[in-house]
Amino acid sequence: MSLGNTLKSSIGAKVLMAVTGILLILFVIGHMLGNLQVFLGPEKLNSYAQTLQDLGPLLWVIRIGLLAILLLHIYAAITVVKMSKAARPVDYQQRKDLATSFAARTMLVSGLLLVVFIVFHILHFTVGAIDLAGSTGFETEDGHKDVYSMVVVGFQHMPTTAIYILGMLILCLHLSHGVSSLMQTLGFRNASNASTIDKVGPAFGVFIFVGNVSMPLAAITGIIS
Amino acid sequence: MKITLHVWRQKDANSQGGMKPYEVDGVSKDMSFLEMLDMLNEQLIVQGKEPIAFDHDCREGICGTCSLMINGVAHGPDGSTTTCQLHMRSFKDGDAIHIEPWRSRAFPVVRDLVVDRSSFDRIIQAGGYISINAGNAQDANNLPIAKHSSDLSMDAAACIGCGACVASCPNGSAMLFVAAKIGHLAHVPQGQPERAKRARNMVAQMDAEGFGACSNHYECEAVCPKDIPVNFISEMNKDFMKASLCGDS
Repeated sequence: MSLGNTLKSSIGAKVLMAVTGILLILFVIGHMLGNLQVFLGPEKLNSYAQTLQDLGPLLWVIRIGLLAILLLHIYAAITVVKMSKAARPVDYQQRKDLATSFAARTMLVSGLLLVVFIVFHILHFTVGAIDLAGSTGFETEDGHKDVYSMVVVGFQHMPTTAIYILGMLILCLHLSHGVSSLMQTLGFRNASNASTIDKVGPAFGVFIFVGNVSMPLAAITGIIS
Repeated sequence: MKITLHVWRQKDANSQGGMKPYEVDGVSKDMSFLEMLDMLNEQLIVQGKEPIAFDHDCREGICGTCSLMINGVAHGPDGSTTTCQLHMRSFKDGDAIHIEPWRSRAFPVVRDLVVDRSSFDRIIQAGGYISINAGNAQDANNLPIAKHSSDLSMDAAACIGCGACVASCPNGSAMLFVAAKIGHLAHVPQGQPERAKRARNMVAQMDAEGFGACSNHYECEAVCPKDIPVNFISEMNKDFMKASLCGDS
């Protein structure tokens, strides 16, 4: 079976979803750890931001790679949804869920909302096309972009903070099913670790939520300024 | 007990079906669910009406023939049970019970509550066997198999192929059935030579039959009358990917 056909099969689509999911999770972890340097002060965060900018063409390779991974993740989701919709042409008048979770049932919705959030986030902080709080255009004394001021001023704006907290809630929901699910898909779940694996997803979702939300909350409460 | 049934009636595969209400009086709590339907059918026959068609055979919970979506749950409200082993004591006087056939593109309705599950047979034909002449039974312990492995094999082999996993899956996926049929051979030495080929061909047949894709809701495990765990799906995924990436060996 060719790789293309394998990825179109029911299990291949799941595996593609899981593998691209892992790569996106690694990005989410790296992105969070990088940004948490905001608590170490302006110099640390600004020099981290400058290091990323100085990657030059490599930065674009990473950006395009991430976009490609995201598109593959979405492609896998489309494959799964299409197969599943076609599998039950006449629906039940009654069907009760006994085992599934809210997060599992809303993966498609939370995924689509995350795409909207990612577009907003890039236009807000990366491109600066959306500037709700007048947070762009700050420069450090040596003429570089002042990311620290951008983050602090941006998050002191209540509506912006609300949007980010909502976005992280949706990410937490998506990860809580996604992380446990990918371990089952990739064959790591067995009788002895099943209950642990089912808890890893929700725990990881909360971990990312707390880590990321701590930054806007710190800005709005004046812990960082 | 007096029960109100709402039953899916459909003349044949090509007709439009719909839910029809029936009042059933004099139901004993000791009756099985199917005996209650038998009683209703006898009344319908006396009245000159068409009895309700439903699948059943052993009525001992071991053959996998009975089906029925009862109040939205495959095989009804009792866990780890087939419809034939469900008793009316699980219901109350005056209850309304909705009965629908399994719903899946790969399980077309033949009549009323009877569906055609030949798609499962074709998946088995695609690889759910061992192609050697086994000859006479070997001496016991000729072929040592670890207890843990034989237990896992027997857990998977408990599958009676009823299709409740497909019926209850939000995605209409047959992965628990296929995983059980791959899993009971994957844990014994006899299953090893054709292991990769089996996983690849059975999954390909499952997809060709039009079953849905799994997104790990685990509804299948919750309704399985034989309590087959979804861990076998995890193992099947591994077998399938290994077979797809590494070829037959």
